[in-house]
Amino acid sequence: MSDKIPVTVLTGYLGAGKTTLLNRILSEPHGKKYAVIVNEFGEIGIDNDLIVGADEEVFEMNNGCVCCTVRGDLIRIIDGLLKRKGKFDGILVETTGLADPAPVAQTFFVDETVSGKTALDAVVTVVDAKFLKDRLKDAPEAKNQVAFADVIVLNKTDLVSADELKEVELRIRAINPFAKIHKTSRGAVALDEVLSQGAFDLDRILAIEPHFLEGGHHHHDEDVQSFSFSTDKALDPKTFFAWIDNVSQIQGPNILRAKGILSFKDDDERYVMQGVHMMFEGDHQRAWRNDEKRESRLVFIGRDLNQKALREGFEACIAK
Amino acid sequence: MAENEVRTVAELVTPCEVGAHVVACAFLGSEAVFANGEGEIVFASGKKIAVHPNASILEAVSDGKKIFTCGDDGRVVATDEAGSSETLAVIKNKWIDHVALGPDGAVAWSAGKTAFVKTKKGEKTLEVPSTVGGLAFAPKGFRLAVAHYNGVSLWFPNSDAKPDPLLWKGSHLGARFSPDGKFLITTMQEPALHGWRIEDKKDMRMSGYPTRIRSFNFSHDGKWMATSGAEAVVMWPFTAKDGPMGKEPKMLAPAREGSRVSCVACHPSRDALAVGYSDGMVMMVRTNDAAEIIVRGPEGGEVTALAWHENGMSLGYGTDEGRAGVLNL
Repeated sequence: MSDKIPVTVLTGYLGAGKTTLLNRILSEPHGKKYAVIVNEFGEIGIDNDLIVGADEEVFEMNNGCVCCTVRGDLIRIIDGLLKRKGKFDGILVETTGLADPAPVAQTFFVDETVSGKTALDAVVTVVDAKFLKDRLKDAPEAKNQVAFADVIVLNKTDLVSADELKEVELRIRAINPFAKIHKTSRGAVALDEVLSQGAFDLDRILAIEPHFLEGGHHHHDEDVQSFSFSTDKALDPKTFFAWIDNVSQIQGPNILRAKGILSFKDDDERYVMQGVHMMFEGDHQRAWRNDEKRESRLVFIGRDLNQKALREGFEACIAK
Repeated sequence: MAENEVRTVAELVTPCEVGAHVVACAFLGSEAVFANGEGEIVFASGKKIAVHPNASILEAVSDGKKIFTCGDDGRVVATDEAGSSETLAVIKNKWIDHVALGPDGAVAWSAGKTAFVKTKKGEKTLEVPSTVGGLAFAPKGFRLAVAHYNGVSLWFPNSDAKPDPLLWKGSHLGARFSPDGKFLITTMQEPALHGWRIEDKKDMRMSGYPTRIRSFNFSHDGKWMATSGAEAVVMWPFTAKDGPMGKEPKMLAPAREGSRVSCVACHPSRDALAVGYSDGMVMMVRTNDAAEIIVRGPEGGEVTALAWHENGMSLGYGTDEGRAGVLNL
């Protein structure tokens, strides 16, 4: 998978500071070549990067599944970008403030050219430290954006007190305990904290917050839940894929994100997977190292998920 | 089938280096030209012209005299045999994704939700509900099919009437009329084709493909429509009054293990077609007895362009790795 072009999706509710962050990314001398897909052309444009205007056109796949919505314009743009010879070190997709991140993410699963040549690296969500708690009340999009994130840039921290900051962090954690949070003001976050994250890399999440993945941790927000399961016993691939397929069909509409690192019986390679609603994809990533524990870990973030059924289903996948 | 039993004409191929993803191939006069992803027209003789400098060519079509290219620089350019080019359109900050040729020198292109038609009399535009996925002129009458989400708008640019909608849920991409003008076919984002019988808008769905169909065209007599996207060429019969509805397609020229058909080009006058595969192989196949002749072995790269000279004696091909060749029979 390493030869795929990494794609970073940049989301954030109106006024959170998304454009400031984007401008910073574009103006910093990063020495790489990015294609940046924006909604509106601003006063930006850096020699080395290609700026492309998008229309944010979502359509429903004609497969009878209402949550299988994708961005047709993104498929076209990426198809076009792939024709260029030099290709790109990365692709950055900016979404509008009111956008649901699901169709963007699903685009990277559904089209075989897009999924064959690019990989969703991370969903980066910019949130406003001062106003996030209000947005979580009145804007379902804002909550989805937080739930979806791999990386959260908690912006405008200079406008709140230490206590308020603590409070907003707890709110974020209640919705999404797995995302990496960067506190900043004016979008001043190091680029390597935002780009080339490897959303699959649950190892990193373990390293940052080890307790999160211990024994099915469960946080409760008003409606968004998240939990994780793990086992050090190898899984039976046949049972697992049948089960996850079934989960995606039945609980898919409620699953915002799912990610996992899996150890299968008689398989010396780590298998990594991720999912959005009813679309799941996975691949062998690399050989298990001798110094690491062969453990299978799976996390879900969603609404009204049946945790008990998921846990039992996961445990039933342990190879006999 | 053992490969040594298949005839090869690979020794008659003159290879040429296009340098980047081959978007399209065409013949201008007797010479093959290739449009690439770096904005260049590359002649088989080696001459290179940067028609879309620092940009990428997204689509190209030819009438045998000129090649019309559109690019992510928001331009449409026509280049002739001598290598001189003329800019037909410029749209700032937009990609021009599609270009199509019509009767009497008419040229159509699209950027975002707008389709443009340029004739000797002037230029007209049509706004459709979502981004244009493909354009096709009808073989008779001055009529343009504009594909978009949830269907196609059939537009008579010379009339003030509203475009006639053909509806089907989903994202419609490439569009093409059957040579008799009775059917309109689109490829879809899903691995399927959709079609309409123009006279009564009756729907037809051609599905069962493992991957998206990127290449399809009709045989010289209009009796078959060849399509890519599967492990073999899928040929839909268009001999009956209701086209392929309720009929089984014919499968030709199976791909090697792990490969699939990526490009097809029907011969301009015979019952044969050229087939390109995702492993770089190119073959010629006869429709009636499925006899195969190898043009290029599985040398890598995906075949992304195939074109016959109108005399049917030369075939050009190109791959996504910038390799190309011309077969002279």
